[in-house]
Amino acid sequence: MKKYIIQSLRLTLVLIVLLCIIYPISIAIAGKLAAGNGGGEKIVKNGKTIGYELLGQSFTKPEYFWGRPSAVNYNAAGSAGSNKGPSNPDYLKEVQSRVDTLLKYNPGLQKSNIPADMVTASGSGLDPNISEQGAEIQIARVAKARNISQQKVKELVAMNTLQPLFGLFGPSSVNVLKLNLALDNL
Amino acid sequence: MNTELIGIIATFLLTLIIAIPLGKYLAKVFAGEKVWTDFLKPLENGIYKLSGINIKEQMNWKQQLKALLTINILWLVYGFLMLIFQNKLPFNPDGNPGMTPDLAFNTIISFVANCNLQHYSGESGVSYLTQQFVLMFLQFVSAATGIAAAVVLFKAFRDKTTTLLGNFWEFFVKAITRLLLPLSIVIALILTFNGTPASYDAKDQFLSVQGDTINASRGPAAQMIAIKHLGTNGGGYFGANSAHPFENPSYLTNMVEMIAQVIIPIAMVIAFGYFIRRKKLGWTIFGVMTIGLFMLMIPTLNSELGGNPALTKMGIAQTTGAMEGKEVRFGPAATAYWSTLTTVISTGSVNGMHDSTMPLTGLWQLLAMMINGLYGGCGVGLLNYFIYLIIAVFISGLMVGRTPEFLGHKVEAREIKIAAIITLLSPFLILAGTAISSYVFANYADAGWATQPKNWLNNPGFHGFSEMLYEVTSANANNGSGFEGLGDNNVFWNLLTGVIIFLGRFLPIIGPVAIAGLLGAKKFIPESAGTLKTDTKTFALMTFAVILVLNALSYFPALALGPLAEYFSMLK
Repeated sequence: MKKYIIQSLRLTLVLIVLLCIIYPISIAIAGKLAAGNGGGEKIVKNGKTIGYELLGQSFTKPEYFWGRPSAVNYNAAGSAGSNKGPSNPDYLKEVQSRVDTLLKYNPGLQKSNIPADMVTASGSGLDPNISEQGAEIQIARVAKARNISQQKVKELVAMNTLQPLFGLFGPSSVNVLKLNLALDNL
Repeated sequence: MNTELIGIIATFLLTLIIAIPLGKYLAKVFAGEKVWTDFLKPLENGIYKLSGINIKEQMNWKQQLKALLTINILWLVYGFLMLIFQNKLPFNPDGNPGMTPDLAFNTIISFVANCNLQHYSGESGVSYLTQQFVLMFLQFVSAATGIAAAVVLFKAFRDKTTTLLGNFWEFFVKAITRLLLPLSIVIALILTFNGTPASYDAKDQFLSVQGDTINASRGPAAQMIAIKHLGTNGGGYFGANSAHPFENPSYLTNMVEMIAQVIIPIAMVIAFGYFIRRKKLGWTIFGVMTIGLFMLMIPTLNSELGGNPALTKMGIAQTTGAMEGKEVRFGPAATAYWSTLTTVISTGSVNGMHDSTMPLTGLWQLLAMMINGLYGGCGVGLLNYFIYLIIAVFISGLMVGRTPEFLGHKVEAREIKIAAIITLLSPFLILAGTAISSYVFANYADAGWATQPKNWLNNPGFHGFSEMLYEVTSANANNGSGFEGLGDNNVFWNLLTGVIIFLGRFLPIIGPVAIAGLLGAKKFIPESAGTLKTDTKTFALMTFAVILVLNALSYFPALALGPLAEYFSMLK
């Protein structure tokens, strides 16, 4: 028994060196070659960080495309979903009020055109994307608020749409932050 | 066919293309045959030498278990102290506090046991030191523990009669050097170059486009996410686990993480067949497990892709499926696929929130964890399945009126008793645990814990009951996922699930290893016309029936009160 204890102790120490020091530090060093130096890819404007490409932000003004509802209000210090069950009556009321908000700010919008992602909270609360349809239904509002043609906005949406992987796998998506920055840069 | 479905089919095929050769490779590695990774031998010899280990020393099954338990207990003590004092230790750039004793108790058992139930949130509950030196360390060694225990079982059936089952330390070290570490390096690099942070930079503060102050959590995540999947651990670096855009940046990384978490469990099954020179048995087991997987996955896809009926009534378009708790970049199909995988094997990582999935999806998630042996966790999945095999052999033996045999060894009262105890342990822990928590919820609503019982549940009615049932089931299965709406960081849940995880981990390792050790030592009976063959379709069907009947009988009432009741209440 005593032999096993000593072996366990020594083996644990050796493995800590291998697995907790050598392995992660090697990866961190290799990561310096990655975009963002392995610290997350930043978006910089006028020398200041204004966001991370992967982290969604809260957009509420009419001239910006809005992202999905978030359970953590897009504060990336934490991350969480709403964890609301599908039959929860309070949750269903919340969804209804999001539908009403969208209808109010996007005149002419049909309820049956609202995609589920625009009225449901994401898993992380930081989802950087909306669906193509989620962008589509906001084009008229954004164009009007910015006083530019819908065609121009449509083009920007298309430019910031990520198609399925290799054109084959998974859904397409629109990065809200990049799209809004493209609008600001017009 | 749409791209979301093509995506998951491609993922599954890629998984098999990697896992099957990996299984053959593992059989050779653990049999000590020549493989291309033998250039790592000097590293291993160095580890043995520094640790005072002589791998020529053969151990019987009792010595194997002693070595296994000794080192696991050591990790419990080490990790507990580190977590409690993390605020006084270095590498805590965000200044996170030390854990309370009950939270540290839960967390350390959870990670030693390969469960990774997390009652803390990665961003605020642990430091960079404890993330790496405790949690990530345990993700490696707990997976290696499971694999080594399974290899001990392999050894018992390779030779005709044997009591010497190899050296535990050798299997354990090789599981790391030949499998977990090299694959982790590959996966961590893929993640890093696709956007996951890998550096030691602290939180970053900036003003968003609309002028909100944001503190973005970062840190060495890629390293941990790689092993969290390969080792079927599942404990995320960030609170939202693999739904977090840093933890799982794109559809590509999502495919990689879905493949990574299931290749070793599948490979172990294939390795078993090759190692004991009964390939057909390995393939038969693989067949049963895969059919079981599909039987859980297809209805899951069906219920998620159909969307939430309550939202359909509202008149919203759910063209791709239910989206609450899901990420746009993965879509409902890949999230449903993941939710089946992560519960069938014992990863417990999530790329969408299970609490918000449809009632029937919850049912299949729960059932997958209750069975806990369709592929199953790293090494331990096969150990769990072995118990089902022994029960199936026993029942078949009774049906044909012969002494039951397994691979040429008589299965007698002692082995059956152990198998029966292990079989009964899961329903006992799950049902008693749920009953106790329901009782406390109903009768001690105002108990003065960190979260009062009346505030435990995030959802009313049947779904609330499912939250408690899920938590306890996940603990027993060493899964670690949760219906995260449950307010679980308080002394009640920390202690209850801590104890359940501990029992649900170590007894189902001790039992099968003991049975294998006992059987392996028995006289070998050559096959005859009257031998019950365990690699036939008939026996596969028999095993399947045993799994189905045992679990249906044990859990139907509890499932009826939770997800089934919710499902029917939504129909009206």
